[in-house]
Amino acid sequence: MNCKRLTLLCGHYGSGKTNVAVNLAFALKNRQDKVSVADLDIVNPYFRTKDSKADFEAAGIRLICSEYANTNVDIPALPADMYCITDPREGYFILDIGGDDRGAYALGRIVPDILRENNYDMLMVVNCYRPLTPDATSTLEVMAEIERACGLPFTGIVNNSNLGALTSAEDVLSTLRYAREVEALSGKPLRFTAVEASLYQQLQGKIENLFPLQLQKKLI
Amino acid sequence: MADKVLMKGNEAIAEAAILAGCRHYFGYPITPQTEIAAYMAKKMPKIGGTFLQAESEIAAINMVYGVSSTGKRVMTSSSSPGISLKGEGLSYLAGADLPALVVNVQRGGPGLGGIQPSQSDYFQATRGGAHGDFKMIVLAPHSVQEMAELTVKGFDLADKYRMTAMILADGTMGQMMEPVSLDFAASEPVAKPWATTGTKMEREHNIVNSLFLQPDELEKVNFERYERYKVIEENEAMYEEYMMEDAEYCVVAFGIAARVSKNAVAEARKKGIKVGLIRPITLWPFPTAAFAKTMGKIKEYISVELSMGQMIEDVRLATECSAPVTLCNRVGGMIPSPEQVLAAIETAAKNGGAK
Repeated sequence: MNCKRLTLLCGHYGSGKTNVAVNLAFALKNRQDKVSVADLDIVNPYFRTKDSKADFEAAGIRLICSEYANTNVDIPALPADMYCITDPREGYFILDIGGDDRGAYALGRIVPDILRENNYDMLMVVNCYRPLTPDATSTLEVMAEIERACGLPFTGIVNNSNLGALTSAEDVLSTLRYAREVEALSGKPLRFTAVEASLYQQLQGKIENLFPLQLQKKLI
Repeated sequence: MADKVLMKGNEAIAEAAILAGCRHYFGYPITPQTEIAAYMAKKMPKIGGTFLQAESEIAAINMVYGVSSTGKRVMTSSSSPGISLKGEGLSYLAGADLPALVVNVQRGGPGLGGIQPSQSDYFQATRGGAHGDFKMIVLAPHSVQEMAELTVKGFDLADKYRMTAMILADGTMGQMMEPVSLDFAASEPVAKPWATTGTKMEREHNIVNSLFLQPDELEKVNFERYERYKVIEENEAMYEEYMMEDAEYCVVAFGIAARVSKNAVAEARKKGIKVGLIRPITLWPFPTAAFAKTMGKIKEYISVELSMGQMIEDVRLATECSAPVTLCNRVGGMIPSPEQVLAAIETAAKNGGAK
């Protein structure tokens, strides 16, 4: 897929934004020289892109992240070097934004610059197995809340519907109707469907624009 | 909603509470349990319930006292330092024999500690949690599914015995995501003739109170309360046994430590060590019967905890020190690895139970 200079991942709390962001960064690094991941999550102190820090370093991907992520304190701070995001000389960025409208507020200060440059994608990551977004209507409500909070319109949808480690190929296939409905009601194109890498072969050819995910470290 | 949903442990507790008929939630945000409050804030207004963010944990627990007095199902949740603040209210709930569900998603301590998981509030939970002679029913889930199921169970037990039931989870259990089925049997409503719902001039006043003017009266209610606790100890203890049939060594662990330990036990079995696991699901009442039948067969018990060794005391009491009980632990927000637990099992097997 072709990436704009900035790709923002937003969505409902726990929809899988971070895993999608990490994998997009590695995919993008295969095609672009200068790739950064910017972690602007001010909602959740756990499960951050920082979990992949060593892998980023090995791949030559720069990580911009609050020093408090994954520590023993919950400080919703933004990293000072986030201001480089809006400088086109800094190359490509994958932005991991915190969940819901609360997470999207973090974007406010850079949105005017993003709109001015107009070289961005803002993708809504959706998972219909999450309890508060079980259907297209509730998903659209969250989308509208996020757009209102950050002042940036979405440009696409990422279907990341999954049940965690127990997800079967059938579980993913049965969510396509939901994803198409979100697409139709929102008017934003469904860009790709993300699946855990072990399901990729089974689903290849059955789903358009399938994107394999290597999951970040698992706790237990 | 689909047959299964992907939930965080905290969300599962909140949704299960709603399914159990709880329509009143009072709390104050603290990591790592804030998702409970956030979920309630989203859902309660849509179903005619009350979500209220109180000015403090102390205010929240006293709001729980008020609603419980009227016979309604009510809950609060917090994490370790916040539970300490609720201590006074927990004691007052006990003194007034009021049912309530209280959730503690533990984090590292003491003091402000940190936001990573811990089990170091075991003493606080199982010994009452505040001043005076009292107990709470303490339930320790080890999966997101159990977070939901034990929440419903907790409301039922609290109503049945007119006391606080506590869900004692930890930061990992609260934050981890797993598929959950919310297809429960609805819990049975319990008659609450003691509730302060208005006399309608048809009955005597009901009084909810923990103050007694005469010491002999206060003594009497204390003795009566402990008779009730005896019934609970005899009937409500829950535990899981894993590979215990022919076990010579026994790992004891609850919550997240039990998940890690199961992996270690399975690995040790592959190496030919006869080891099993007892997982207490109720921490009070402690499942003493599970240990009684192991005495004489087990050469060493290994208590795996995210604390400096708290449950280990109950294991020693339950096994009457019939075999050595050793500790395998991490603290401060760290989690024992399966390798660490496996090493402890191997050391025990090498010693052969020598004291």
